[in-house]
Amino acid sequence: MTTDRTFLGLSIGFALVALLGVLVLPDWLLSQTVIAFSRALAVLGLLVLWRTGLVSFGHALYFGIGAYTVALFGKELGISEVLITLPAAMLVSAIVGFGLGFIVRKYREIFFAMLNLAFSMVLLGILVKTEALGSTDGFSVAQPTLFGIGTEDAGTKLATLFLGICFIGWLAAVLVHRYLGSVLGNLTTAIRDNEIRVEYLGYSVAEAIHGKYVMSAALTGLGGGFMAISLGQVDPESMVNWTVSGELVFVTILSGPGSVAAPFIGSVIFELLRTYAFEWMPHAWQLIVGATLLLIIFFLPGGLWSVIQKAMRREGAGP
Amino acid sequence: MNVALTILVEGLGYASYLFIVSLGLTIIFGVLKILNVAHGAFYAWGAYLCAFLIGEFSVLGVSDIGTMIAIPIAALVVGVILGSAIERTIIRNLYGRDEVLIVLATFGLFLVLEDIILLVFGVDPYFAYQPTYAMPGVQIGGIYQDGYKLSMIVLSLVVGFVAWAVLTRTHWGKLVTAIIFDSELAIAMGINVRRVFYAVFVAGAVLGALGGAYIAPTISVAPGFGVEVIVLSFAVVVIGGMGCIPGAAIGALLVGLLRAYAVLEWPEIELFVVYAVMAAVLIFRPEGLFAPAKARKI
Repeated sequence: MTTDRTFLGLSIGFALVALLGVLVLPDWLLSQTVIAFSRALAVLGLLVLWRTGLVSFGHALYFGIGAYTVALFGKELGISEVLITLPAAMLVSAIVGFGLGFIVRKYREIFFAMLNLAFSMVLLGILVKTEALGSTDGFSVAQPTLFGIGTEDAGTKLATLFLGICFIGWLAAVLVHRYLGSVLGNLTTAIRDNEIRVEYLGYSVAEAIHGKYVMSAALTGLGGGFMAISLGQVDPESMVNWTVSGELVFVTILSGPGSVAAPFIGSVIFELLRTYAFEWMPHAWQLIVGATLLLIIFFLPGGLWSVIQKAMRREGAGP
Repeated sequence: MNVALTILVEGLGYASYLFIVSLGLTIIFGVLKILNVAHGAFYAWGAYLCAFLIGEFSVLGVSDIGTMIAIPIAALVVGVILGSAIERTIIRNLYGRDEVLIVLATFGLFLVLEDIILLVFGVDPYFAYQPTYAMPGVQIGGIYQDGYKLSMIVLSLVVGFVAWAVLTRTHWGKLVTAIIFDSELAIAMGINVRRVFYAVFVAGAVLGALGGAYIAPTISVAPGFGVEVIVLSFAVVVIGGMGCIPGAAIGALLVGLLRAYAVLEWPEIELFVVYAVMAAVLIFRPEGLFAPAKARKI
């Protein structure tokens, strides 16, 4: 097999982040990275769809399903083993995505986006009105355990969570990268460019989109599950509301569709931007996000990744 | 019987302001093919400016009924000034771009405009109840009904009628209809499409601001209230058919009555009944309930 530069880059990058995190970075930055990488998993899911030219305004649906699955496992079944709850979050999201996929795969562009929005708003409405699930307050997530071992020490928990998400993030990025390089994955761009031609080549566009949709649902559910564990609390406003979908789409645009590494870089920048913006200008957070979105759409359609790519190319062209 | 009547009046009142806002959204979509999320900001700006002006007028000693002049002033000022500025700077540069990217750009615009409201008007809520005091209440079927709400129903009928008359009975309306049907062909016929786009965008912005300005006296105008209306009016427009004006009326009626019914009779479903209907409509009739079938173009 020829050396895969993206694979190599991802491995080195994630190993470096993990090493830095354990040895150097302060705790607050660690917990920010955990939150950022949780979101990045969801953004990775959206990236798979965006490569096909599809944008979903309702992926908070899967984010919320993932988060609530993890929380409910602890609350109802008393299971807080992350090796069970996180795969469960992924699986439940994938199953819901598979079901709804039969409907959404027929739609494109705005209709696709709005239909997803409608589904996520239905879940929001149900959660807000369900007293058993804590209504608007939500409820707290049970203390997680790994291999049956729990810890009361916040530092250890954070470090474990951090290493865990670095590993899962690396794994997800590599797998998505492999997928995008496969025949089925290469159809992504083909479908965006010309659906009819893809049909004539003998592939089913609807099935290809369905597959991507399930994949993105599973990734988003996993991200939501991680988010629930790292925040220790689930509630409809911060997990299922349409603002969450908006954030996910925003980070997708910010990162750019160029690479599977982009969502992770974009999410970290988003999280840092948010922390500092809240400190400096607490009332202007939306303004910053909105203005950034406009600037990117007008001046940097390839997102942050295109800047990195340009820098790398210049380096490569040098002597 | 009384409950049914209450649902009807409540629902109609709700539907009428939704109709005014959604009409603006749907004509912009029909003509420009832009799903304008920033429409919610026009609505919020209209409401804020109206509440602010009513407060100022009453300090100056204008009578309660007189303060209502603030409503058209706010709608026109916001629609014409803000609408023009946005069309000239942002929207104009988006024509022909990817549909979803346009939605995202207007979403960014919406966030910016919402926060500018906070910077201009502050974070405290505004109350401007004066016009509602000026309207006499009416007894219908033994129930006392708020006169202001009934006036809103009248206003929406007037707005709907004017929109219909302009579109079907005037030269401008014919131009707009031609562009909705096929904008490329319209250009070939010598219509200045850019100018019509501009006029329609401003008209839509005025309608959005009018909806906000008219509702302002009945609520506390507080940060973030433009969000709900934007998602709801999307639902209205999708249910009725995007870009279809009678569709907006029927969508608004359906959403208004459903919500009034849910609030009074079945509060558990209040929050999502509208979206459930929207999802159902998208699944079974993606063009909207009442949109005419599209002619196939090659």
